[in-house]
Amino acid sequence: MLIVCWSPVMVEVWNGPGDKKTVEGPSRMPAPIRLRELIRTIRTARTQAEEREMIQKECAAIRSSFREEDNTYRCRNVAKLLYMHMLGYPAHFGQLECLKLIASQKFTDKRIGYLGAMLLLDERQDVHLLMTNCIKNDLNHSTQYVQGLALCTLGCMGSSEMCRDLAGEVEKLLKTSNSYLRKKAALCAVHVIRKVPELMEMFLPATKNLLSEKNHGVLHTSVVLLTEMCERSPDMLAHFRKLVPQLVRILKNLIMSGYSPEHDVSGISDPFLQVRILRLLRILGKGDDDSSEAMNDILAQVATNTETSKNVGNAILYETVLTIMDIKSESGLRVLAINILGRFLLNNDKNIRYVALTSLLKTVQTDHNAVQRHRSTIVDCLKDLDVSIKRRAMELSFALVNGNNIRGMMKELLYFLDSCDPEFKADCASGVFLAAEKYAPSKRWHIDTIMRVLTTAGSYVRDDSVPNLIQLITNSVEMHAYTVQRLYKALLDDISQQPLVQVASWCIGEYGDLLVSGQCEEEEPIQVTEDEVLDVLEGLLVSNLSTPVTRGYALTAIMKLSTRFTSVNRIKKVVSIYGSSIDVELQQRAVEYNALFKKYDHMRPALLERMPIMEKTASNGPTEIVQTNGEAEPSVVEAKHPPPVTQPTNQANDLLDLLGGNDVVPVIQTTVPTKPASAGGELLDLLGDLSLSGGPAPAPATSVPSSQPAFLLDGLTSPPLFNDIAAAGIPPMTAYNKNGLKIDFTFERANPNPNIAVITIHASNSTEADMTDFVFQAAVPKTFQLQLLSPSSNVVPTLNQGTVTQVIRVLNPQKQQLRMRIKLTYTHKGSAVQDLAEVNNFPPQSWQ
Amino acid sequence: MFALVANQKVVIDWPCFWVVLGGSFLPRGVYTVLLFKMQFMLLFSRQGKLRLQKWYVPLSDKEKKKITRELVQTVLARKPKMCSFLEWRDLKIVYKRYASLYFCCAIEDQDNELITLEIIHRYVELLDKYFGSVCELDIIFNFEKAYFILDEFLLGGEAQETSKKNVLKAIEQADLLQEEAETPRSVLEEIGLT
Repeated sequence: MLIVCWSPVMVEVWNGPGDKKTVEGPSRMPAPIRLRELIRTIRTARTQAEEREMIQKECAAIRSSFREEDNTYRCRNVAKLLYMHMLGYPAHFGQLECLKLIASQKFTDKRIGYLGAMLLLDERQDVHLLMTNCIKNDLNHSTQYVQGLALCTLGCMGSSEMCRDLAGEVEKLLKTSNSYLRKKAALCAVHVIRKVPELMEMFLPATKNLLSEKNHGVLHTSVVLLTEMCERSPDMLAHFRKLVPQLVRILKNLIMSGYSPEHDVSGISDPFLQVRILRLLRILGKGDDDSSEAMNDILAQVATNTETSKNVGNAILYETVLTIMDIKSESGLRVLAINILGRFLLNNDKNIRYVALTSLLKTVQTDHNAVQRHRSTIVDCLKDLDVSIKRRAMELSFALVNGNNIRGMMKELLYFLDSCDPEFKADCASGVFLAAEKYAPSKRWHIDTIMRVLTTAGSYVRDDSVPNLIQLITNSVEMHAYTVQRLYKALLDDISQQPLVQVASWCIGEYGDLLVSGQCEEEEPIQVTEDEVLDVLEGLLVSNLSTPVTRGYALTAIMKLSTRFTSVNRIKKVVSIYGSSIDVELQQRAVEYNALFKKYDHMRPALLERMPIMEKTASNGPTEIVQTNGEAEPSVVEAKHPPPVTQPTNQANDLLDLLGGNDVVPVIQTTVPTKPASAGGELLDLLGDLSLSGGPAPAPATSVPSSQPAFLLDGLTSPPLFNDIAAAGIPPMTAYNKNGLKIDFTFERANPNPNIAVITIHASNSTEADMTDFVFQAAVPKTFQLQLLSPSSNVVPTLNQGTVTQVIRVLNPQKQQLRMRIKLTYTHKGSAVQDLAEVNNFPPQSWQ
Repeated sequence: MFALVANQKVVIDWPCFWVVLGGSFLPRGVYTVLLFKMQFMLLFSRQGKLRLQKWYVPLSDKEKKKITRELVQTVLARKPKMCSFLEWRDLKIVYKRYASLYFCCAIEDQDNELITLEIIHRYVELLDKYFGSVCELDIIFNFEKAYFILDEFLLGGEAQETSKKNVLKAIEQADLLQEEAETPRSVLEEIGLT
């Protein structure tokens, strides 16, 4: 096609003198060329360079016309400038000209002047000051269209200073009887409130009669204004709750009234207004029983009567569903809403399916079982070609995984992981890890799943997956032979996936003896010789696919094998070669290992022992406190701190409020881990009588390896921490999961006193931003006593990259069913979030 | 090349394709309350040429250009059968293609994507009524009219009028006002626009 014209020859032809004249011509002539002519000329340009040249010439002409203060052609010139601006050329030199046009008496000038102002000025321009006066004059103009232009401009780009100066005029126009101006003034007021929230109250009187207006434009914009006010201020929200019956009436009239050609869209009467009213109802009904009650019927009516063959009907249904899910609606209505979403999911229109997935994701926490019924359809959406739908389906699929469906769901998700675009792999992999950790039916399945992820998407997993998998493997003693064999086979296939290679090297180093002895019971053992294993590891050392970290793993593995294999000489040789490696890290390791062969050979077998079973990670904060007193009786240590319980009383009062009664005992949490003293004091207070009087004698230290810190109240005879859950048989639980913040509880029974349940909270954050200033508070009924230790941190890192842990101890002498209220405050994406939740699904073992 | 495409009058074919894009460029804090606001609307051609841009959030020229470039690329890369919504930065982009033109709105995450499609559609209907079977060329040569119509339909990113008739009436009367002011000077050709 015309692309051919980019060849030099054609450009030459085009740049011939004849054409040039048409371009240069106007600048010499007295009247500048007209806008349409300019557009036509520019459109004939065949190359970017040519277009640029034309525009430069025209701009020069426009500039000189501006300099001459030419009033006749200013409008035309600004309009041309706007066109060039749209093509991406600078047009800022027209800003002042726009102001001059606005100040002109001619409507044409004003129209283009305001348009130019909206396009060329941004909020930070000083010209705004100059504009304020013009707009003020025009807001009081005798022609409504001039007033309309001024309102439109103010509502589109008014800065806070302008809004402050002109709010009075806007308020006046909001009270006029002219609906053309009133609707514009209402939206202008919305803009003013967004810019300067403290001006909101000034519009309150004008809102009085807004809803009795017949004109739909005014009604629609009024509802927008009311929504904005309710969203911004709880006082306004309370004030406007009384409007619910009126809104319900308007909505009812809309759906009941017959065909009205003026507002009809495919058989539906004013869908724009309907959606807006539904949205305002959602805000008014949220958390308010009476208002919710008052709108139940109309919501049911809209949900059942809306015609859904067209997009517009579905838009209304979608808004209705969101409202039903947000307010305190009847259970029947909620079922209806979920069923609508279920129908959406089967719709042929992709847009509707997308919306269904989005809304199901929002409701999956509250109506889990209802959403679960649509699982197979949701999983099918993973195969959709559209990334928007795929991403939603993936998120929703992970939200639906539970103990019952984990095998099936993981199969689908692993298949998805294999085939999906790179942009999904990281999220999908971490989703699989999380779900597997939570619901793995068996250790073997868990290991297999993680290995599968590492083999298929190894380069996309996060760095911490390597230590996590290693820990999981070490802790599954009976799986060692199986695992090392599987990993060895995986290495033979592929050494490019670094995380997998690292785990495999580590395991071969640790369990190489099991590999060559072929003891695997789970699978048919393979015959491997020591030399073959060493060949593979040396291959990793020299492969250019290996990262320096991987080489480090491989070298250490080889070293470890020196006590497990007989071919020590070969190992010595390898180690000594790397003593002169250019990689400093590798060299240092090699030199040290060499010394181990020579000077400290007698210590080598002990040093290269198999690694002990590892502690659960992510327990830095609280455990550190308790680690310090390995042998002392808890109360003795704690008693050293005077109990300054008075310090956080106001927080305690908050919590009392929060519990809404006085049959509870507030518990003060110690904000940041800087004040263990107060924690100790309260512990003494809370646990005083039981651990001092008649408390069990301090448990004698036995053969627990020193590397395993014991929990304060566990005594030293308790099994290692990671086994506690299994040992005590108390399943973990999720106490809270909302807005990306997830709080899991794990339990241990305190050994010296079975009346104390030790709960560790693990807060994780799946959103894309850190949650800072995170504070977890809890309260229990009066029959319990509760103590919170310091949290490990007050920042919950993004994308599940770590957890904040905090230990809670609950003294439950009467063995009653455990109940707890929790209060969470944190800052997310710059805004403070606060939420309350009640936790009463504690597993019976935690309190019995 | 443009003329070839643009000369064909666009018959507005309703079951067209829609697209949505999303993203945030304001400081994050600003976003928490503005739950339902349209951030901007862009019209661009299949060749990626911008035909109209309306911004309802204050941004620098540089940012606007960057966003436009990014979005045009993303939307044009989508296949016709895909859904009309895109998650982009913190926003949702709702787009729909009408003949050779893409209409593309950025809305907040909480907003109703389906009604945004209706808003786009309503705007197209208004253009169509005003120009009489609108085509891309009409919008290129009368871009200021396209802006006037949009400003009579949306204000600050919200619909100000739900009746097509009222929007068109307002535009016609404003046009009339423009002509009245001009005709006494009689030299229609010589003044500013026409």
